[in-house]
Amino acid sequence: MLSSLPGVLFDGIAYGSLLFIMSIGLSVTMGLMNFINLAHGSFAMLGGYVCAVGMARLGIPFLATLPLAFLAAAAVGAVLERSLYRHLYRRSPLDQVLFSLGLTLMSVAAGTWVFGSGQQPVHLPAFLLGQVRIFGIDLGVYRLFLIAIVGLITAALVLSLRRTRFGARIRASVDDAQTSAGLGINVGRVFSITFVLGSGLGGLGGALAIDVLGLDPTFPLKYLVYFLLVVVVGGAGSIAGTLTASLLLGLFDVAGKYYVPAIGAFVIYGLMVVLLLLFPGGLRWGAR
Amino acid sequence: MSWRPAEIFFWIACLAVFFVFPLHLVLASQVVITGLFALSLDLVLGYAGIVSLGHAAMFGSGAYAAGLFAKHGWGEPISGLIVGAAAGAAIAYATSFIALRGGDLTRLMVTLGIGLMLYEAANQMASITGGVDGLSEIEMRDLLGLFPFDLGGRTAYGYSLVVLFGVFCVSRRIVRSPFGLSLRGIRDCARRMSALGSPVRRRLIAIYTISGAIAGLAGALLSQTTQFVGLEVLSFSRSADLLIMVVLGGAGWLYGGLIGAAVFMIAQSLLSGMNPVYWQFWLGLLLILAVFFSPGGIGGTAVALRQRWFGRPT
Repeated sequence: MLSSLPGVLFDGIAYGSLLFIMSIGLSVTMGLMNFINLAHGSFAMLGGYVCAVGMARLGIPFLATLPLAFLAAAAVGAVLERSLYRHLYRRSPLDQVLFSLGLTLMSVAAGTWVFGSGQQPVHLPAFLLGQVRIFGIDLGVYRLFLIAIVGLITAALVLSLRRTRFGARIRASVDDAQTSAGLGINVGRVFSITFVLGSGLGGLGGALAIDVLGLDPTFPLKYLVYFLLVVVVGGAGSIAGTLTASLLLGLFDVAGKYYVPAIGAFVIYGLMVVLLLLFPGGLRWGAR
Repeated sequence: MSWRPAEIFFWIACLAVFFVFPLHLVLASQVVITGLFALSLDLVLGYAGIVSLGHAAMFGSGAYAAGLFAKHGWGEPISGLIVGAAAGAAIAYATSFIALRGGDLTRLMVTLGIGLMLYEAANQMASITGGVDGLSEIEMRDLLGLFPFDLGGRTAYGYSLVVLFGVFCVSRRIVRSPFGLSLRGIRDCARRMSALGSPVRRRLIAIYTISGAIAGLAGALLSQTTQFVGLEVLSFSRSADLLIMVVLGGAGWLYGGLIGAAVFMIAQSLLSGMNPVYWQFWLGLLLILAVFFSPGGIGGTAVALRQRWFGRPT
């Protein structure tokens, strides 16, 4: 049993990385505007379909579909934010939940109508297949690739939040929207741009996730719980907290399913309850 | 406490269903049971302002408790109902300490998490609950020793309607009592209520437990009238659909849940006959339209229209 520990750890980290990239947009939206967006998984699903259809029908190489998935989800996010989401920022959480639940149901139905209810296959290019042996452990190349991409994105996010002017505006708006608006920051526009970026990252995550989680029209509902878990446990609006929570949940989920399959999914729900009781405000630590 | 004519008409209409649609009593009893379940959510959502996405936890517990109770030898319906209500109340009370912490978002998440945990628990304990195959071969005795449960749903409908009416009268009494008034105060401003000396936490735990008992009752009715308990009694979609029904009907006036449940289930049975996927699409669209154009649901819209047409504030 113990000999498999490094492999389980590795799979858990890869899985957690995926969760992080799909949830970070949702976390920032919740932290910035207190908007509960249950439809975030629909953007991930959209990115996934762009990737799958781009490869299967248009013959675009896998790596080239990833930016397309990002752009498609970001574009749809921009349109929806301007047309619908914008009007609900000041409404009650219940209204936001209902609206975004409605959007999710519609996206599930639309996905079934356009692409059918089956799983979409994805054929990874040869250089991402197989395993490499590092320090005597067999590691899946695609999972290494995932971890690398998430590492890059996290570094880019942290740097741009810490070092750029726009990042400073986001941090200020998350901390206190009213004061930031008083200081001349256009909080509404900061939020729109963040929403669009977050949707795009969701789409990118959805495209990367096909090989690990699969892709079918119920994706937004199936993984909604995971996104929300990550955000609530990590503390909305915190990159470090979201990353910690994603890795923890990924590790515990994979380890739980591997070592104690009898209680399966129980492990992460139990973990969530424990973490929420210990840290009611989320795991956020350090500067955001 | 007097009953308005519209209310009396509503209940007479419910009774009339029995004679006017004798071929649709199975669906009608499902509607009544779901209406009872919606009533339980309306008590916490509409009156106490607790947003819950995991109310199926209590419903499912009641359904399994009553189902197991009947399966293991005691098929008497009324005592089964009590067992179901007790199970729902016990789950609600036990989880209220974590579910009522924090703001709306935390509550949503924790109730959702509790619902999912119970679903997973029922799924894993297949030796007791039957797992995905469900709990079947539930033998019910005749209701009061007089009315056997028939395939046409005649007993089921009458039985469910009587229970619904009884619970409705109790709920109506609760929301008009000082206790109900303090709940509305907590919904509108919890901080001010606690400054006035109202024990906010205790009140919320009390109504959450009462709501759990009613949800358990509804679950017990479902397993008794269908003589089957499926895993979906605990599913997320049951909780989500319930929230949709209450909001579409209008939260906070008791009839909203009943009307929402009736509209929802009748529309579902008509539309999903065509294609279940399209039903989801229209439901999603309806939700979005409701959020944008009719925040009070069917009830709120009716009141607004009446005010516009008759200029009479209610």
